[in-house]
Amino acid sequence: MWPFTSLGGTRLLPNSAMQQMIIANRLSDGLVVFLARGDEWVTSIDAGLVIAGPVEADRLLAAAKADEQRCIVIDPNLIEVVVEKGLPRPLAIREAIRAFGPTVRTDMTDAA
Amino acid sequence: MYRYDEFDHRLVTERVAQFRRQVARRLNGELNEEQFRPLRLMNGLYLQLHAYMLRVNVPYGTLSSKQMRKFAHIARVYDRNFGHFTTRQNIQYNWIKLEQAPDILAELGDVEVTTIQSSGNCVRNITSDQYAGRAKDEIADPRIYCELLRQYSFLHPEFSYLPRKFKIAVTGSPNDRAAVAVHDIGLRMHRNAEGRIGFEVLVGGGLGRTPYIGQTISDWVAPEDILSYVEAILRVYNMQGRRDNIHKARIKIIVNQMGIDKYRALVDAEWQLTKNGALKVPNEEIERIHAYFAPPAYERLEDRPEELAGLRASNREFDRWFKANVVEHKVPGYAIVNISLKAPGRAPGDITADKMDAVADLADRYSFGELRVSHRQNLVLVDVQQSELFELWSKLTALELATPNLGLLSDIICCPGLDYCALANARSIPVAQDISRAFEDADELAEIGNLTINISGCMNACGHHHVGHIGILGVDKRGEEFFQLTLGGSSDQHASLGDRLGPGLPQAEVPAAIRRIVATYLRVREGDERFLDTYRRVGIEPFKGAVYGAESQAA
Repeated sequence: MWPFTSLGGTRLLPNSAMQQMIIANRLSDGLVVFLARGDEWVTSIDAGLVIAGPVEADRLLAAAKADEQRCIVIDPNLIEVVVEKGLPRPLAIREAIRAFGPTVRTDMTDAA
Repeated sequence: MYRYDEFDHRLVTERVAQFRRQVARRLNGELNEEQFRPLRLMNGLYLQLHAYMLRVNVPYGTLSSKQMRKFAHIARVYDRNFGHFTTRQNIQYNWIKLEQAPDILAELGDVEVTTIQSSGNCVRNITSDQYAGRAKDEIADPRIYCELLRQYSFLHPEFSYLPRKFKIAVTGSPNDRAAVAVHDIGLRMHRNAEGRIGFEVLVGGGLGRTPYIGQTISDWVAPEDILSYVEAILRVYNMQGRRDNIHKARIKIIVNQMGIDKYRALVDAEWQLTKNGALKVPNEEIERIHAYFAPPAYERLEDRPEELAGLRASNREFDRWFKANVVEHKVPGYAIVNISLKAPGRAPGDITADKMDAVADLADRYSFGELRVSHRQNLVLVDVQQSELFELWSKLTALELATPNLGLLSDIICCPGLDYCALANARSIPVAQDISRAFEDADELAEIGNLTINISGCMNACGHHHVGHIGILGVDKRGEEFFQLTLGGSSDQHASLGDRLGPGLPQAEVPAAIRRIVATYLRVREGDERFLDTYRRVGIEPFKGAVYGAESQAA
C-alpha cells in the first residue's frame, strides 16, 4: 500500500536518517526490485537492504551491476531513502512511485 | 473496416517469431540491454517506471468489437485489468512481462492488430478523425489514404531509421478533429477549383520542447500523387534531419531553420524524379482500399427529431448527454455516440477490461460491431440508430460511461505523467482528477461550454498541452512538482500555440486557478462566445490578473 496519504506535490525532506538503497527493474518481468540481504532481489522496498555507508554502497552497487551482466536486472542504481518508523521511504517522488506504484492507482502496487 | 491481406499476415507472423527469438536471446544473455532496446522498441515495448509498457496500434483509431475484446483479454491475462488510450489513438499496457511479450504479440496478430512501428524512429501509427466515414461535414473518408500510407510505410526499409519519429495525421473534414497541424505531416482534404478532391499538405508541425504549427508546403496534391509527395518529404527529411542532436532531430526543426520555401523547393526537386513513377496510385487501388471501408448495411430510416425532442424534454440527464456526446451522422436516422473516458476523478483514457468487454458488446448490439478511439482519449460508437439512443444511454449510464462532457472542461487530455512514465517530471493524472472533481456539476460545465484542458507531465507534450485552450505543463523544480498554465492553444483548423500565463503553481492551487480563469471568461464573454474566442479577443491580461492578482498586473 502507498504509505503516504498524499505527496502534496512536494518531495520528502531529507533528515539525519537519510540513507541509500539499490533499485532496479527485473529483466524477466520488468518489475521494480530492491537489493536485499544475501544479494537477493525483492519487490517490496520494506524487505530491501538499507545501506550502511559509502563503502558498502560501492560494494553492493558492484554486485548489482554484476547481476545486470548476468541478465537478472536492468539499470541498478543507488537511491536516497529516509527511514521512518524503521521502514525505508525514497526521497524523490519518482523513486517513491517506483517503489509503491502509481499514486492514482494505489491498488496496483507490487509491495501490497 | 480494413482487413489484413496475405502480406500483412505473413509479415506479422514472421515478426512475432523473430521477436520471440530476440526475447529468448535477451533472457539467456546473448543480447545485452543496449543491443536489445532498439529491437523491443521496434515492437512497441518500452521499459517504464513500473515494468515494461506495451503500446498497441489502433490504425486511424478504428477497431472492431473483436479487437476490443482482445484488448480486454490482454489487460486481464497479461496485465492489471486495465489499459490506457492515448493521444495517438493507441492503447498502452503498463505491467507487461518481457517473457510474455511474444505471446501477447501473437494474440494481437490473431485479431489483425500489431505493435510494429508504435515506437522507434519510423512512421508511427497514422491518425485521423474519429468520425471518419460517418461525419456529416466530411468530404470523403480519410482512412482510405491513411491505409494507403500505412501499407506504404509499413516496414519500409528507407524509412525505418529516420532521424527521429514521424507522425502523420489526415482529416477528410474542414473541421479538423485530428489535430493535423501539430503533426510532422498533416493532410487536409479539400476540393480544388475544378472540384477535385485532394490534399493541402502541412509539414513541420509538432509539440514537444520546440512546438510549431505546421506550414503549408502544398495547397493541393492529387490523391494519386500523395504517396510520391509524402515520400519526397520523407526523403528530404531523411537526408537533412539532424541525427547529431536528438532535440533537433524532428522535421519541424529543419523546416523552420531552413524556411518553408527552401524545404518546398527541395521536396519539389525530389518529387519531380518520382511523381510519375511506381508510386503513382492507380484509381483501382484507391477503389480497392475504399471497398474495405464500405459503409455497413444501414437501414433506410428517417431522422427522428420529434421523438428525440420528446425524450430530451422528459429526461434532463439524457438531454445533457445528448447535447454533449451525440453528433450528427451523415446517414438519416443514425447518430454518432461518444463514450467519455473522463468520469470525474478518473484517469483520462483509462478503461478496465470489464468495461472494454461491455463496450464491445454495445458496439455489437448498437453499432455494427465497430468502435473508434479519439485523440482526445475517448471512445466512439459511430453508427447508432437514433431510435436506440435512449436505450444505449441507459446502458452506458449503468456502466458509468455516460459522463456528458465531450468538448467540455472536464474532457481533459492527459498523458500518463510521472505516475507511469520514465520521461515525466511531474504527475499529470492527479491534476486532471482534481480539476474534474472541482467541475463535476454538469449544468456548470454546460454553461461554460467548449473549453479544452490538456495536461502533460513533461515538455515532451504527449498531453498536447500547447494546444489546449488551457494547457498545463508539469515541471520539476528542485524535486517539487509545479504546473505552468498556458492559454489560447488550439489544435483545430485554426490551430494555435498557447501563451504562458505566468509562474508555475503547486498542484493544490491548480483547480482554483482554473476556476478563476473560468470566472473571468464568464464575466467578459460576449453572447455564446467560446472560451477560445473570448481569449483571442481580450488577450491574456485579464486572466493573468485573475490568477496572480494585482502583483502581476503591476509587473
